[in-house]
Amino acid sequence: MKSLLATLALTTALTLPGLAMARPVTLTTTLNNYGGDGAYLALYVTDASGAYVGSLWMAGGKSKYYEHLSDWFRATGGDTAQVNGITGASVGAGRTLEITLDLADALFDAGYTLHIDAAVEDMRDSPNEVAVPLTAAGAGTAVPGRRYVASFAYDM
Amino acid sequence: MIRAMHRWPGLLALAFVTILALSGAALSVFPAVERLSAPQADSGLTVATLAGRIQEAYPGVEQIRRSPSGRITAYWFDQGTPGAAVIDPATGQGVAPADPNQTLRWLTNLHRSLFLGDGGRIAMAMAAAAMLVLSLSGVALVARRTGGWRQWFAPLRGPVTGRLHVEIARTVVIGLVLSSATALWMTASTFDLLPDGGAMPGMPAATSGEMGFDPGSMPRLQQTPVADLRELSFPYPGDATDVFTLKTDAGTGYLDQGTGALLAWADLTGWQRVSETIYMLHTGQGAALLGLVLGLMALGVPVMGATGVLVWLAGRRGRPRIRGNQPAARAETILLVGSEGGSTWGFAATLHAALTKAGQSVHVGPMSAFQPERYGRAARIILLAATYGNGAAPASAKGFLDRLQAAGPLPAVPLAVLGFGDRSFPAYCAFAHEVEAVARARGWPALMALDTIDRQSPQDFLRWGRALGAAMGLELELLHQPVLPKTQNLTLVSRRDYGAEVQAPTAILRFALPPVTLWQRLTGAGFARFRAGDLIGILPRGSAVPRLYSLASARGDGFIEIVVKKHQGGLCSGQLTALEPGESVTAFVKRNPEFHPDRGRAPLILIGAGTGIGPLAGFVRANARRRPVHLFFGMRHPDSDFLYDQEFPVWQKAGRLTRLVTAISRGARPQYVQDALRAEAAEVLELVRNGARVMVCGGCDMAAGVADALAEILAPAGLTPVALKAEGRYVEDVF
Repeated sequence: MKSLLATLALTTALTLPGLAMARPVTLTTTLNNYGGDGAYLALYVTDASGAYVGSLWMAGGKSKYYEHLSDWFRATGGDTAQVNGITGASVGAGRTLEITLDLADALFDAGYTLHIDAAVEDMRDSPNEVAVPLTAAGAGTAVPGRRYVASFAYDM
Repeated sequence: MIRAMHRWPGLLALAFVTILALSGAALSVFPAVERLSAPQADSGLTVATLAGRIQEAYPGVEQIRRSPSGRITAYWFDQGTPGAAVIDPATGQGVAPADPNQTLRWLTNLHRSLFLGDGGRIAMAMAAAAMLVLSLSGVALVARRTGGWRQWFAPLRGPVTGRLHVEIARTVVIGLVLSSATALWMTASTFDLLPDGGAMPGMPAATSGEMGFDPGSMPRLQQTPVADLRELSFPYPGDATDVFTLKTDAGTGYLDQGTGALLAWADLTGWQRVSETIYMLHTGQGAALLGLVLGLMALGVPVMGATGVLVWLAGRRGRPRIRGNQPAARAETILLVGSEGGSTWGFAATLHAALTKAGQSVHVGPMSAFQPERYGRAARIILLAATYGNGAAPASAKGFLDRLQAAGPLPAVPLAVLGFGDRSFPAYCAFAHEVEAVARARGWPALMALDTIDRQSPQDFLRWGRALGAAMGLELELLHQPVLPKTQNLTLVSRRDYGAEVQAPTAILRFALPPVTLWQRLTGAGFARFRAGDLIGILPRGSAVPRLYSLASARGDGFIEIVVKKHQGGLCSGQLTALEPGESVTAFVKRNPEFHPDRGRAPLILIGAGTGIGPLAGFVRANARRRPVHLFFGMRHPDSDFLYDQEFPVWQKAGRLTRLVTAISRGARPQYVQDALRAEAAEVLELVRNGARVMVCGGCDMAAGVADALAEILAPAGLTPVALKAEGRYVEDVF
């Protein structure tokens, strides 16, 4: 259900040819022990020009805090419709968020970048915590984030 | 109704409300500490200057935040490593680590969600709602108890737990209303139930595409004082399309990183401003002193919880189950109860049991359920009516007077009223008197004259029961003991006899202190703590009903002293006045805080006659601070019943007694104590004008005579005994 909805969300955002060709992709985000409350994470995709294409996941249920995910917020204007049905709980320090979605083949090796914005109450906002190009070759390679994310990887 | 709205939320949410209050009180300290410890910016400092200083110290700065306390925190990246520090605005240098305080975080999560996420937030919000309901219903109860809003801070009377409860409540309730109401608003805001979300300006369509303009030179930042700053975010390094984001008390805007121009701006919405104000009021962030005050007030909650439970338990204990209660339509005797705390129900149960045993069919119910048209077989109606506060109807008699006014009298059904009250209140049994007056005015026949029970006196009740029995033509022995405290045996050490020559055999009895357990010592229970003016209950042999006597000594005196006069046929006084040293009696202590001298230094006017001198002599004996004490003592003959005749000169010499005025009722010029007062009218008036407190101890008639005399004496100054009573400056211990 989760991945179906995720696909739908992407479908509305991405009117790319060949979207029918999709594959399940697992996104694994592990946070470090930053010593604060649960982190809000926004996972979204931009195209080669840096323009926002669509959201993959929103960890954190209260939209009033989304402004702290500042890049995502600016790109979407805080539009919660962008994360309808693909919203989950915030992620505690040291915990791992694992989500599986059906992502279009056309998103890979086409200049798209996957971003994570992170924010924690009473701690620094961390827009662009993670920014990784979506490539078939890069799958399975863990990259560290800037402040809260210990490692992020996508597997297909 | 209001009482139920106070009781049930209080009992159900007690634990949650206590956690809320204690964690809230602890949290209230943090904003104040932060305010005091944070280096504050000079009033003229602008955001531009501050940003320039910080960027110089930390070239990789990403964000600058200013908390409402004035603390400035900077976040930066240095070669890919994140860093953060509390900044001294004068230098731009870090002075302290900016790590979140783990204690604060723990307390915050406990306070708002019990560490249970959204479910916990909802639970705590419900606790806050319970606190609001408790506060508002409590306000209504206090207003009712003190007799109205204008008497909000009027002196309180009654048992100490209830008094403490109200005393704290009326001081802190304003803080609790504020804290709980703002808590509910904040929860609603957290769950997106309010349209107070952040208003962000639309992202500008185009930027200059250039980079590197010095934030210290940006006009908008130069115009913005640091005091208005909330947050300044720097553009992402190397991204020419990114912008500076400035958040101030006024709103949010974007600044071009190549030109410094303001690209877009959005003011705070009205909802946001309201929410931020509420956040400040609740957390004390930005209003540290208010936060501390609210925190202190919250500390009253656990005390009120404990005293509230004690009040509730005391009420429950006093309300027994009534077995074999008959339906109102079939009962011969209708017994209606007007009770506030529940103790009057206990008397009703005793009466119900005794009448049932005597073969009567009896219905017991609340006065508020008065429905004479249903009393088809009733032969009499008995009303047991307590009084609430300043003469108001007690909880279970709400609406009774209206029903009594509306209903036609039943000519064949006589009605009796028994009032329950405390003589230390100015409005003693006022509600019972009002009921009686209305009933007579409406034409109800009287079964017997109105009588009253002072401070749940089992003796008064026994006496009234006999009168009721006589009126009904049956033998009634009403043995009612509300809660019999733990008794101990007291051994008589000495006795001094007076008054035999004037047909008033009286004895000053001195008992040894009984052994006190460690627990009693720690809790001040039993004989571990007592003062002159407290009461001692003595259980005479052959009776389950204790008799109360006023104590004439304090624990510190090392003995227990009472003054007892032998009454004709009196069971207890007969046994006591026959007691020889070495023999013992069974007794317990009953606190009587209303009849203690206050702690002030204003003069005391003590007025007593006969055995009433006992507690007054105790006050004089305890007057080590040499407060001015004027004692008026009425006796029959100085050669016979001049109680404490040996002590008074000693106390006068020691400065514990300023003046002793005696009134002799059997002599050449017979005089009662009220006559002696009138003779000293000028001095008495002067003393009262100077704040003196009047304490009267003695029989009913004597107390009434004293009140009349004082009314005359005080009239020229526009004062009345009633007004003094309301202020707590005129107290009586009447038997």
